[in-house]
Amino acid sequence: MASIWEYANPRKFIRTTDVVLPWVTAAAVLCLVGGLIWGFFFTPEDYRQGSTVKIIYLHVPSALMAINGWLMMLAASLIWIVRRHHVSALAARAAAPVGATMTLIALITGAIWGQPMWGTWWAWDPRLTSFLILFLFYLGYMALWAAIENDDTAADLTSVLCLVGSVFALLSRYAVNFWNQGLHQGATLSMDKQENIADIFWYPLLVCMAGFILLFLALVLLRTRTEIRARRMRALLARERLG
Amino acid sequence: MMPDLGKYAGAVLSAYGASLGLIVVLVAASLWRARRVKAQLAAVEARRSEGTPQ
Repeated sequence: MASIWEYANPRKFIRTTDVVLPWVTAAAVLCLVGGLIWGFFFTPEDYRQGSTVKIIYLHVPSALMAINGWLMMLAASLIWIVRRHHVSALAARAAAPVGATMTLIALITGAIWGQPMWGTWWAWDPRLTSFLILFLFYLGYMALWAAIENDDTAADLTSVLCLVGSVFALLSRYAVNFWNQGLHQGATLSMDKQENIADIFWYPLLVCMAGFILLFLALVLLRTRTEIRARRMRALLARERLG
Repeated sequence: MMPDLGKYAGAVLSAYGASLGLIVVLVAASLWRARRVKAQLAAVEARRSEGTPQ
């Protein structure tokens, strides 16, 4: 059986994703379109929240990928630190704009949902605040990559930043449990059927979450391929300049 | 076909509009950069192979 480290070879990664990417993209489009149509058009209003409950199909999956996107970057950064595989550092770099967009979607949909339900767009609540800090970490991470010319140095420094930012990624998930205060409710989803949301909302939400996970994966694969090519191009241009 | 969203129609539609807009921009930017970098790399590699003695 092939070792997972074979995919750290850029050529092998591009060859493999040539085959995998169209399938992941097709599955992402199918789940996203199917889940959002199901949730928007074919689910009832909630007896307390009215039609605003339909925002859940965007808010929960994007928040899920905001946190897990950073955790994926953490795993890739650790691989870079320990094994010095360039593809893993470039995958972390590729994931950052996708994770930042997911965080922004979670913040925007949360504000739009919060206004009619809480009477305010924003509150300095533990979960909201930790999510805002996570978004700022995403921006800082991307800025640091862009600011450093040497790829290996940039990968080293951004990996350290990623380790620090992981505290806020985890805080944004568990802030409600830690501080037990603020406007934001606890976890929407639960393994306990009594606490979990009703099945009529849960099933389309599951499809939407699958869609967001697959969209994240497809975009990270596409952007990692781009980063691999951009890195090769920078190396070739540097060789040209040296003569 | 459009569900009756009642008094929250503005909130629901703006949440969907903003989110789908951001996703479209992200996908378009990713595809645009992928094509641009691929073409640039091909040009650099072609220049290199032309300059390499056979």
